[in-house]
Amino acid sequence: MRAAVLVFPGSNCDRDMAVALRAAGFDTQMIWHKDTVLPEGLDLVGVPGGFSYGDYLRCGAIAANSPICHALVSHVERGGYALGVCNGFQVLTETGLLPGALMRNASLKYICKTAGLRVETADSAFTAGYEAGQEIALPIAHHDGNYFADDQTVAELAGEDRVAFRYTANPNGARDDIAGILSANRRVLGMMPHPERAAEPAHGNTDGAALFAGLIGAFAPA
Amino acid sequence: MKARVHVMLKTGVLDPQGEAVRHALGALGFTGVEGVRQGKVIELDLAEGTPEETVGEMCEKLLANTVIESYSVEIV
Repeated sequence: MRAAVLVFPGSNCDRDMAVALRAAGFDTQMIWHKDTVLPEGLDLVGVPGGFSYGDYLRCGAIAANSPICHALVSHVERGGYALGVCNGFQVLTETGLLPGALMRNASLKYICKTAGLRVETADSAFTAGYEAGQEIALPIAHHDGNYFADDQTVAELAGEDRVAFRYTANPNGARDDIAGILSANRRVLGMMPHPERAAEPAHGNTDGAALFAGLIGAFAPA
Repeated sequence: MKARVHVMLKTGVLDPQGEAVRHALGALGFTGVEGVRQGKVIELDLAEGTPEETVGEMCEKLLANTVIESYSVEIV
């Protein structure tokens, strides 16, 4: 089970994500944004949180057009898995791998706190470690986490069971309380909350650990 | 040659920053401001003869996120 975590100038959760992936059992390496190819035989690409390229133009917009993201798109088109957290979610929407966009929080404030979430589906490698309907808490830390998509897209996401997480108390104005969504093939997850920051006892919260544990389970031989 | 690209949130997309500006104008005593939309202007210095369609492609690929934003190009 092999994973890579992309590193952009301004990424600041890349190491946290690598630590969580390694703890779950992934052989994990860091990949610099200027690289043009991903290592052969990768199962999962992690797109970490942070402020890639200083959030210039739009959050994630410059990163989405960086050399390594072209390789990321090819990886996903081949059926590879990808996990984008926070800025990583913004990057995934900017590449078009996930629908919608993350806008400025409705309060216009940067929000850093623990958010209540409801796991909406256990039908994905990312959420297989949870029960549908289970309530968990994960840290959020973002200025632009207000999920927006048009009515048709939001209806499709709900109809196709592609909303992975919803906030129990909407912190940022996101449409339909959406905190995380899956791609149509359920192999790409983008989410604003940080599971990697709640993955071991020293964090004071281990609600995120099941995401990584479930993910490794998906790759284990049947 | 120069091109000026205007990027605005699409109609129907809530603009919290514009709303905050509207409230602030009201607080300053400017009455009758019924709506404020905030966008951005990007100026490009281009080689002479660059076709306007190329600027359109730049908008589609990078300068605007057409999920939430619309754009217009002005050659100046």
